[in-house]
Amino acid sequence: MLSRAFSSRIARAIPATRHTRLLSTAPLNALTEHDLTHFATILPPSSILSTLAPSPVSSQDLDNYNNDWMGKYHGASTTVLKPKTTDQVSQIVKYCNDRRIGIVPQGGNTGLVGGSVPIHNELILSLSNMSKVRSFDPVSGGNVATNAGGLRLLRYGSLHGTVLGLEVVLPDGTILDQLTTLRKDNTGDASLEPQLFSPLTSIVPSGYDLKQLFIGAEGTLGVITGVSILTPPAPQASNNVILALPSFKNVLPLYEIVKRQLSEILSAFEYIDRAAYDLAVKHGQGRALSDEEVEGAECFVLVETSGGRREHDEEKLGDLLEFLMSAEEPLITNGAMSQSPAQFSSLWALREGVPEAVSKEGKTYKYDISVPLSSFQDVVDNTRKHLQSKGLLGDHAVKHVVGYGHVGDGNLHLNVVAKSYTPEIQAALEPYVYEVVASHRGSVSAEHGVGAMKTHALHYSKSDVNIAWMKKIKELFDPRGIMNPGKVLEL
Amino acid sequence: MRPSAIRLLNILVPVKRAVDYSVKIRVNPQQTGIDLNAKHSMNPFDEIAVEEAVRLRERMKDAVKSIKAVTIGPPKSIETLRTALAMGADSSIHVEIPESAPAPEPLAVAKTLQEIIKRQKDGVDVVILGKQAIDDDLGMTGQMLAGLLGWSQATFASKVEIDTVKKEALVTREIDGGGQEVRCRLPVIITTDLRLNEPRYASLPNIMKAKKKPVEKLTPADLGIDYTPQLEILKVSEPPQRVGGGKVANVDELVAKLKEAGFTAV
Repeated sequence: MLSRAFSSRIARAIPATRHTRLLSTAPLNALTEHDLTHFATILPPSSILSTLAPSPVSSQDLDNYNNDWMGKYHGASTTVLKPKTTDQVSQIVKYCNDRRIGIVPQGGNTGLVGGSVPIHNELILSLSNMSKVRSFDPVSGGNVATNAGGLRLLRYGSLHGTVLGLEVVLPDGTILDQLTTLRKDNTGDASLEPQLFSPLTSIVPSGYDLKQLFIGAEGTLGVITGVSILTPPAPQASNNVILALPSFKNVLPLYEIVKRQLSEILSAFEYIDRAAYDLAVKHGQGRALSDEEVEGAECFVLVETSGGRREHDEEKLGDLLEFLMSAEEPLITNGAMSQSPAQFSSLWALREGVPEAVSKEGKTYKYDISVPLSSFQDVVDNTRKHLQSKGLLGDHAVKHVVGYGHVGDGNLHLNVVAKSYTPEIQAALEPYVYEVVASHRGSVSAEHGVGAMKTHALHYSKSDVNIAWMKKIKELFDPRGIMNPGKVLEL
Repeated sequence: MRPSAIRLLNILVPVKRAVDYSVKIRVNPQQTGIDLNAKHSMNPFDEIAVEEAVRLRERMKDAVKSIKAVTIGPPKSIETLRTALAMGADSSIHVEIPESAPAPEPLAVAKTLQEIIKRQKDGVDVVILGKQAIDDDLGMTGQMLAGLLGWSQATFASKVEIDTVKKEALVTREIDGGGQEVRCRLPVIITTDLRLNEPRYASLPNIMKAKKKPVEKLTPADLGIDYTPQLEILKVSEPPQRVGGGKVANVDELVAKLKEAGFTAV
């Protein structure tokens, strides 16, 4: 067995990530023209994009499917299929299983861990034509497969709690329908009226709750083609305020006070370090605070409230702000509260625009880690110092190290922005970051998923027993190893 | 030689609580106006006016003696005044009308402001307000007020400079051809246009201070103004739905379709 370090080097080869190991250990077949002829009996020509098809596309036309959003992961697939119905997906998967062709399910291709692009020449199964809302709740299968937490997990919970049922195409092509009483849509017939579903039958499933396996499996156990999800009603009143903190040490005590005083109306508590804020402002993400408001601020917190009555929420928020500003030893120096829906969006843009601002600065190494709140800033600062000790901090290599994240669930996004992706920076960061996380007993993938990026790092958060059983489950569902090979679990 | 007395500026900023600009406006079922069941906030052009008044103070320091905000509206309009106070106004006036009353027309608003100005003991040197409200798009109040008072006016301002020694305002106006500079004698009415400035957020210390700033309550009756509407809106309707276009196969077909539609060569 090749050592982890060696497989890491292979996995991180820049620019194309070709695994020579893949060819020898997993006997998967490459697509041929004959396969394309078969697909043409399942799908219309508009649903087939291939360099091997009778009316072929160029390989550049497949770039948006083969490459990830960050420009970090590059696949070499010849073919993208875009089915419109669950039945078509089922037929495609069954055929690929028989032929031992690897499949990469792909939604919006916005994944941040290389999980939605091929590592070699696997078939790309795009589900972008299957975003139709069958009844009432629009949700993308991709987010469900990654079980992403998001900005408001604090208030609305994770997908493990809100997903009521799934429709999944298993690796052998069988359709597993767990949508409970929602009508299926196998024929793509829009005239089928969905029945009203009964929440009671969905919330307490009997037997083994199989859907939990698919949530977060990142397309390695099957393809999710339908989701039934519980949606809370939109709040009547929303408000937000951004707070400037003189020191990172104030974040935890601030969180405790805010949680206590706002209680049920608190819907988001986001942390943005000074570097992240400055980048967001630099790239025009939302209107900046005044110089006076940000003077001496080491970091910022964005607090959002959502509730049923505007006056009630504003009173609670007003009382909280007065309490914070008039404290003997204030935890905050300043801040700004939105006075209109337009300002509400603008303040949010300062936080939501950070990933985009970061991507405009250079090539980003993104680490989505779970560590105790009190250690957040130390992890960022120590990573910066570590890079400096390797001579990698500066315009020539790593330009910025920033941190921002969802405080409520201890989920920090550590972003290292470099001039370009290089093996030196990669080596300096990994396994360093994973070791730091492990030392805090944290998780290396709080919400972005494992993808191709962290397969070798899974052992930092999951025990050998855990990983061994995950492999057994994988083999049970997908004995031929066709579903998203090389993702989540190492080959 | 005696120096001429420099007049300290008293600035009045009328503001309106209007449907928020991010709301998708809909015509009400009776087709008499827009659906008012939506989020409201300070009219964006008035926000720009408040911001400009505060910036004038930041630039001219003690030369600006007072900034007073005024609004005419139902009880909820007080939120709009609090925003103005949180942005930096010193005091405010709320001319309160009942919740069910129709919105006052520009002439009534102008007369109200005229009366308020008359009653200001220290006088008013500059009135700065939005060029129009985004819910009715009437754009008349500033001009009517200037007419009633006999004051100079500079509308659609994209730049404002005040000289307290010469007692003049130098204003750049946005017009179709570009920018027009006008020099006005004080006192002056200025209406704001979009490019004048970008309004600030309300900072927390200022929000706290605003709670203690005075709000003077008045009614139209106190001022002796009659708000009975002079205009009757007959109908408000949405613009016709856009009809889809069509594709043509070649230039000949394009020319044929153009001819069919009645277009001839120039």
